[in-house]
Amino acid sequence: MSNDIIISATKLTKRFGHFTAVDEITFDVHKGEIFGFLGANGAGKTTAMRMLCGLSMPTSGKASVAGFDVYKHNEDIKKNIGYMSQKFSLYEDLTVRENMQLYGGIYGKSKAFIKDKTQEIVDQLHLGNEADKLVKSLPLGWKQKLAFSVAIFHEPGIVFLDEPTGGVDPVTRREFWNMIYEAADKGITVFVTTHYMDEAEYCSRVSIMVDGKIEAMDTPAELRKRYNAPSMDEVFLKLARKATRSE
Amino acid sequence: MRTLKFLLQKEFRQIFRDKANVRMIFMMPVIQLLILPWAADYEIKNIKLSVADHDHSTYSRQLVSKITSSGYFQLTGYKDSYEKSLEQIEDDEADIILEIPASFEKTLIKENEAKLFVASNAINGVKGSLGSAYLRSILQDFNREVRLEWIQMPKFNPQTQIEVTSSNWFNPSMNYKFFMVPGMLVLLLTMVGTNLTAINIVKEKEIGTIEQINVTPVKKYHFIIGKLIPFWVLGLIAMTMGLIIAFVIYGILPLGSYLTIYGFAAVYLLAVLGLGLLISTFVSTQQQAMLISFFIMMIFVLLSGLYTSIDSMPVWAQWITRFNPVTYFIEVMRMVVLKGSTFADIKIHLLKITGFAVALNGLAILSYRKRS
Repeated sequence: MSNDIIISATKLTKRFGHFTAVDEITFDVHKGEIFGFLGANGAGKTTAMRMLCGLSMPTSGKASVAGFDVYKHNEDIKKNIGYMSQKFSLYEDLTVRENMQLYGGIYGKSKAFIKDKTQEIVDQLHLGNEADKLVKSLPLGWKQKLAFSVAIFHEPGIVFLDEPTGGVDPVTRREFWNMIYEAADKGITVFVTTHYMDEAEYCSRVSIMVDGKIEAMDTPAELRKRYNAPSMDEVFLKLARKATRSE
Repeated sequence: MRTLKFLLQKEFRQIFRDKANVRMIFMMPVIQLLILPWAADYEIKNIKLSVADHDHSTYSRQLVSKITSSGYFQLTGYKDSYEKSLEQIEDDEADIILEIPASFEKTLIKENEAKLFVASNAINGVKGSLGSAYLRSILQDFNREVRLEWIQMPKFNPQTQIEVTSSNWFNPSMNYKFFMVPGMLVLLLTMVGTNLTAINIVKEKEIGTIEQINVTPVKKYHFIIGKLIPFWVLGLIAMTMGLIIAFVIYGILPLGSYLTIYGFAAVYLLAVLGLGLLISTFVSTQQQAMLISFFIMMIFVLLSGLYTSIDSMPVWAQWITRFNPVTYFIEVMRMVVLKGSTFADIKIHLLKITGFAVALNGLAILSYRKRS
């Protein structure tokens, strides 16, 4: 098993002054998994993810992503990952096509690759009529799906999704998860944070973070059994009630 | 290189898609250059004059009409006592008082001399002193005319006289606009360069797109160069428009070559863009960026020698002007436009501004972090 570990963190910690946002978390993610990173608001999910993506410098601990150390080789990590942040962060004043062209280009993809891939995504998302419209004119659900497609445009080995379905209607959420499954089928490891517990059921494995620490980590089925709960919702409530930290 | 191409393409698309941006870049220089040079003028005109005439003679009236016909004075009061004129000064209806004593004409004819009294409101020191200086020279003129009219001048003047003739180099007609317009052009370029760059980058911070870029393998210098080049081009376009206006509206054609101006501007723009970049790395909102660049701009303008001569500033202030890139470009602009200076004449300036460009961009690159 250990040779297919693609993300590994050991006692990874981030402090802001006296505040410990992420407190010695240790976990491994295997290749091809959909790893759910759960936790209440302010539990430290985003901070942990930002450290793994090379956006935030850890205070202590060890971590590697795609075989690269987060301290020394953070720029190498970036070539191998896709990232979709909590905030919608495509360029709203560029068109759908132009956004894909930009991100394809800066990951060093060829002109032909960009062209084919763009067409593929436009077809997949049924954006035929919108491809040359500014992104800001799209409804939120489409924007989120587009952001995900752009995050995996360059076909990375791992994609980090930070609350990708926030504010999106249930139908679109369902479609979004279908896209995640498709990506996982292609061998992309998915690292996703969420606080929708129904989404946790879709993950191969989940970890639940409370006050900067990982309180539980296993498959959803195993966790339900261990906490004697009918749903992940119950599991989460049992664990998260212990939280002392508020937003 | 390819990454840079994509970043530049994105930047230019965004800039020209944003109508407010385009307006700011093109309209601001045009409007400012069309309006400001007419208003920002050192020549004191429309000095409000109150005459306290106790004489009411032919001469006193001749004197007053001579003064008002000079074009610099505006007669706002013709009183019969000094107190009444003083009241006008207190009410801000007059800047300067000319008191003509009761026996002005009589003494002038009889005794060949007469005394006048001038009092000025010195709240605005420049207006006060220039006003009385103008008035004095008109009075001297008047004096000469009276002497010519009345007194038979001796064939040989018994008194030695030194006559001074002066010639004004480089700006022969002492046209104030020739002095101001090139300087204002520099200010506009500075504002466009610093503000736009700072705000553009901070906007990406606010929206969160910069994070999306930071998580890609885009190199720091790619990102920065990708930001600098578009605004560098825009700066040069804005300057070109300014130079066209300077020629079309004010008839200002540089004595030196445009090449020298553009050469210097090219390096200068790098320096101010670097400043904008540096500001953007320290702030997190567009408002902060605006406030800081506004503050810096105030210092730049007041300590640049645009309005006031650097030579007459206190020594410590003169030192500050040496750390102000605006100072150098204003000097260069005036040298090239009015004196026809060449690259050889401005090489020290060019060297210094290159120093600014390297230092500011270096600092900006050092303080720009892809990882927090």
